[in-house]
Amino acid sequence: MIIDTNVYLSRWPFRRLEGDEPADLVAKLRKRNVVQAWAGSFDGMLHRDIASVNIRLTQACHTYGQGMLVPFGSINPKLPDWQEDVRRCQEEHKMPGIRLHPNYHGYNLDDPVFAELLKLASARRLVVQLALCMEDVRTQTPLMRVSPVDISQLADVVKRMPDLRMELLNCTSNIGKEQYRAALSAGDVYTEISMVDGIAGVGRLVHEIPLSRVLFGSYYPFFYFESALLKVQESGLDEAPKKAIWEDNARRLIGPAASASLYGTNVR
Amino acid sequence: MLNRRTLLKSLCAGYSMTLVRAAPWGFPNDSELGGNMRIWDQHSHLASVPGDTPEERMAFLVKCMDRLGVERLILSQGYSAGNHPTPDQFREENDRVMRAVKAFPDRAYGSVYLSPAYLDFSLQEFDRCVRDGPMVSIGEIEAEARCNVPEMDPIAERAVAMNLPILQHEFLKTGGNEPGESSPFDVVELAQRHPKLRIVCAHTGGNWELAIRAIRGTKNVYAGIAGSDPTSGFVEMAVRELGAERVIYGSDVGGRSFASQIAKVEGAHISESDKKLILGGNLRRLLTPILRMKGYQI
Repeated sequence: MIIDTNVYLSRWPFRRLEGDEPADLVAKLRKRNVVQAWAGSFDGMLHRDIASVNIRLTQACHTYGQGMLVPFGSINPKLPDWQEDVRRCQEEHKMPGIRLHPNYHGYNLDDPVFAELLKLASARRLVVQLALCMEDVRTQTPLMRVSPVDISQLADVVKRMPDLRMELLNCTSNIGKEQYRAALSAGDVYTEISMVDGIAGVGRLVHEIPLSRVLFGSYYPFFYFESALLKVQESGLDEAPKKAIWEDNARRLIGPAASASLYGTNVR
Repeated sequence: MLNRRTLLKSLCAGYSMTLVRAAPWGFPNDSELGGNMRIWDQHSHLASVPGDTPEERMAFLVKCMDRLGVERLILSQGYSAGNHPTPDQFREENDRVMRAVKAFPDRAYGSVYLSPAYLDFSLQEFDRCVRDGPMVSIGEIEAEARCNVPEMDPIAERAVAMNLPILQHEFLKTGGNEPGESSPFDVVELAQRHPKLRIVCAHTGGNWELAIRAIRGTKNVYAGIAGSDPTSGFVEMAVRELGAERVIYGSDVGGRSFASQIAKVEGAHISESDKKLILGGNLRRLLTPILRMKGYQI
């Protein structure tokens, strides 16, 4: 069984995708033996009424998948009163985490508001997913070019947050390996494999960083789901480390109580 | 026998399986070639592959091929060591490819690396590696000059004369290509000057929604799917606009994985017969004349 830590609901702004209807997405994930999927919303990149984005996300996760979909709300700390959105994510929507898109919301990781947001999320025991990019810069529409998040300051920020649990999403190869490793070793920081590429890339990744920090993420439906699945196969890893990537590490990060009790998911 | 569905299902189910070459992705009743589905990869390099020698790097590739059932690949550019290779470096890279192929003759064919920027040298290198050597195609042509230059004409004529395809690097980058980097429009220009040439766009622009449209009307241009993120919709659009017969699977390993690029086909909402063409049937069709000429078993 698989816990997919990186899927999105709603519409990619520039293209319709197979799987951008939640029923289709759930059917695809189920077919590939995904039992739980941590879902953000593409709307969270650009919409400014973030509260309604999170309401729709929560409703979709409750309506489809019988507990398979676990909502991760969007937070934009450049919006007025963003702290209220964090509160609603945890208290009203019962979300176990939030998903951030700093490069679409116009702040760098050395911005004091980022540290403030991490502090608040940590205090509320929310997992923080940090999306580092959404699309190869070479293929973005020319009207909206967005560079990957600069993570050179991330390790310093994470070191100051001992209770923080963070997952890096969409770790493009454009991001320097040293910065990447520094961030992962600075605290309780994880990464997922959707944008890890290169020959046997997943197998080589677990020689560079601890296996326990590597999660399964497909970035479906923007990416074909099979990419992440087949990359694990190409890795040549044994069954135990594969299982760690497919489910064990994610379960440890989110905590069994969070998903099972709040969303009735069938993760065992 | 296992088929592709069984493999994917079993990956998720956690079965412990020993995968053997080609079998996991096997299709029964391959009408064209009379065997199982056979994945042939048109676009691979030794760059970014572990190993100190071409033979070691190829051995690593073969291990990975076996994990996903890739039967054969077309190897080019060697280690891709320089961004601006000299003729000596082109020759060295071609030698590396021939060493790797020689070590695994049933798993790889070689494709000659050359450049229109060094025309005389390139024609000699073509003769050394293809006419008189073991290689079976041209490209990935990448360095130093765009493919619409007149110096590409003699190279295209060699390809037509020996009835073999060219793999041409191209991109259509948001923000602009590098100097000397070809675009799909350059490929179309060359293809229209040589209607009998069969030429594959190595990356279909990266921006595939644009490149597919750019090549659509030029029937001797093929869409390679290698070397870009596995963004959903690529292969569906290519099949819809070009027909599956003009879509060619390649990976661009070692910078990419077999997995991420095979997924573009495996995950696409297209017919099984179209997948069969894209993952191997089309490439075998393009290569059949030269393979027969050289007496290679298909």
